[in-house]
Amino acid sequence: MSGTRLLLKGGRLVDPVAGRDGEFDLLVEDGRVARVGKLLPADGAEVFEVKRGWIVAPGLIDIHVHLREPGQEHKETIASGVRAAVAGGFTAVACMPNTDPVNDHPGITELIMRRAAAAALARVYPIGAVSIGSKGEQMAELGAQKAAGCVAFTDDGRPVASALLMRRALEYAGMLGVPIVNHCEDPSLKGDGVAHEGLVASRLGLRGIPGVAESIMVDRDVALAELTGGPYHVCHMSAYQSLRAVRAAKDRGMTNVSCEVAPHHFVLTDEALEAPVRYDTNLKMNPPLRGTADRDAMLDGIADGTVDVIATDHAPHHADEKLVEFDNAPFGIVGLETCVPLVFERLVHTGRITLARAIALLSANPARVFRLPGGTLAPDAAADITVLAPDAPVTIRAAALASKSKNTPFDGWQLRGGVAATIVGGRIVYRNEGL
Amino acid sequence: MLKSRHLLGIADLGPDEIALILDTAEAMTEIAARPIKKVPTLRGRTVVNLFFEPSTRTRTSFEVAEKRLSADTLSIAVAQSSVTKGETLLDTVRNLEAMAPDMIVMRHACSGAPHLLARLCRSVIINAGDGMHEHPTQALLDAFTIREHKRRLDGLKVAIVGDLLHSRVLRSNVQLLNTMGADVWACGPATLIPADLARFGITVTTSIERAVADADVVMMLRIQHERMHGHFIPSTREYYALFGLTPERLGRAKPDVIIMHPGPMNRGVEIDSEVADGPHSVILAQVTNGVAVRMAVLYLLAGQEGEAD
Ligand SMILES: [Zn+2]
Repeated sequence: MSGTRLLLKGGRLVDPVAGRDGEFDLLVEDGRVARVGKLLPADGAEVFEVKRGWIVAPGLIDIHVHLREPGQEHKETIASGVRAAVAGGFTAVACMPNTDPVNDHPGITELIMRRAAAAALARVYPIGAVSIGSKGEQMAELGAQKAAGCVAFTDDGRPVASALLMRRALEYAGMLGVPIVNHCEDPSLKGDGVAHEGLVASRLGLRGIPGVAESIMVDRDVALAELTGGPYHVCHMSAYQSLRAVRAAKDRGMTNVSCEVAPHHFVLTDEALEAPVRYDTNLKMNPPLRGTADRDAMLDGIADGTVDVIATDHAPHHADEKLVEFDNAPFGIVGLETCVPLVFERLVHTGRITLARAIALLSANPARVFRLPGGTLAPDAAADITVLAPDAPVTIRAAALASKSKNTPFDGWQLRGGVAATIVGGRIVYRNEGL
Repeated sequence: MLKSRHLLGIADLGPDEIALILDTAEAMTEIAARPIKKVPTLRGRTVVNLFFEPSTRTRTSFEVAEKRLSADTLSIAVAQSSVTKGETLLDTVRNLEAMAPDMIVMRHACSGAPHLLARLCRSVIINAGDGMHEHPTQALLDAFTIREHKRRLDGLKVAIVGDLLHSRVLRSNVQLLNTMGADVWACGPATLIPADLARFGITVTTSIERAVADADVVMMLRIQHERMHGHFIPSTREYYALFGLTPERLGRAKPDVIIMHPGPMNRGVEIDSEVADGPHSVILAQVTNGVAVRMAVLYLLAGQEGEAD
């Protein structure tokens, strides 16, 4: 990128880390933020006119996506996944290791990074497996994986069921300075459940997964994080009991505990399974859509600071895989391209949180939790920038998604708030021509 | 007239529609009493009985009902093996649809499978039991049988006892009986009570004595032996001791109580033989009424297409 200059002119610049919120221009040079100031001269730089009402934010970072490559390229590839990422306003994503084969080895980590570099859109940070094959038996070579580029470890898709392995992983990862991310779910309580245990599942005759199947493991992990001091992050939290556990940990001063919530868990409840389409497999996800008390707890946690990060758990599945009986459908929905409108519509426009808090949840905080560069537009930071259009009407069209898979329950939803442009390393990689 | 093209569950039926089906079934019983038990109502229509889960009782009952209405019938038992071979429900049904059936009667182990089918294919779908969700024709034949013996449904105390969690018979019956004004009690071990069942608008108890006390109807549900391994109940012996319908327990019910069971029964597990074969039992009447009720459903849904005769 040497020699390129880009001036973002106009708009409201919001940088929660730098404590900046106001009308500023931003000059990018050689892929980094060169200057932030009022009415900067173009001086021959390419000018990006930021429209009135638009927001210039640090590039959004999604720390929970499934890119499916290697092994399940019919669902998504790294190339299609990063196209979806930048279309959703994300300049960086961290990808889960439950590929085929599992990313438990530097060779696979390197392959992912090569493919991501070739796609040259969003930055991709691989997450390594905690255990070999994510089988929960033998710890993977976390040191070698970190050296190859892994930024965190998880057996996501599955929990780390063994308390001993979890303890050792936290100790070991603490030594490496890399977080352990757990998909919390007690296997025996989850059983073969497919939906939140409650009135709706009882009515529909779906096998239930109680909220405590999640929180019982969050409780365990918090205790282990306290014992070991290792950095611990809860994946896609969904149950009010889990939020309570994290809040209690933070209240007693544990700074090594963090958590994320996915948009579908603060937007939807299990009632969606009954209408308008009963048994819509695009509503089957793990953890499941929960009850109103859970959904409200997620909203409260987002508002009061207990929730650190909004992450999408982008989980693409081929249409044929979802066009089956509810019991037989795979868990998961795509999330990269629906996140920003849902955050605006349900959190910002409703006044539940400030714009600055929304941006922190999507950029600064994920960067902090995973110890990634980015999350700020201070001078000399990488010029990863998302331009947001908070008032733009957005209609979600599944068929028009950049992701290879279209499994979203939000098809046809009319929302307010979208992405105007995505800039990675000073290069405009996505521009919404409709705005 | 029924509002929906399909019969997916009792949840979709209003009280008038339930009454219409029961009244129509009443007229159908008359056909069974004739020397030639056949009417031309569904002549030229093709009905496919598509059973992804074995059920001799329900399938036979539908087949008899279809034949009495002169339908061309085809019964297909889809082995679970072809499902595990990767053939999806949709593949199976698309193949079938190429033969242009008018109606598909479907039994499936997954809740909501008939709903998927109804969304994606042209035929009229009749749910003959889906997973743990609904078994609407069973509830209708149960209601018919109760009405036959009690002349009404509203105000009756109906106790449903057994494995509530896994029972589609429970879910359909609760909705139907609630809609028709009965006082429904559900009883089973705490481990086999679905979450929030009390919010269905019924009384839930773990005491069979309380459930049966002054009951007009006691409806027993089957305990499935394959459930023994989910830590649901310690043993069938203990189950019988705590929840079995014994003559002594039945003594707490109204003197004219009727005993129902969707079959097949586990004698000595959920019900004592003396009770199952005793004067209060209407279990065989349920089987007889099943045919009339299914004839009524087939007839009414065929009418949906425009031409009934
Ligand atoms: Zn997960």
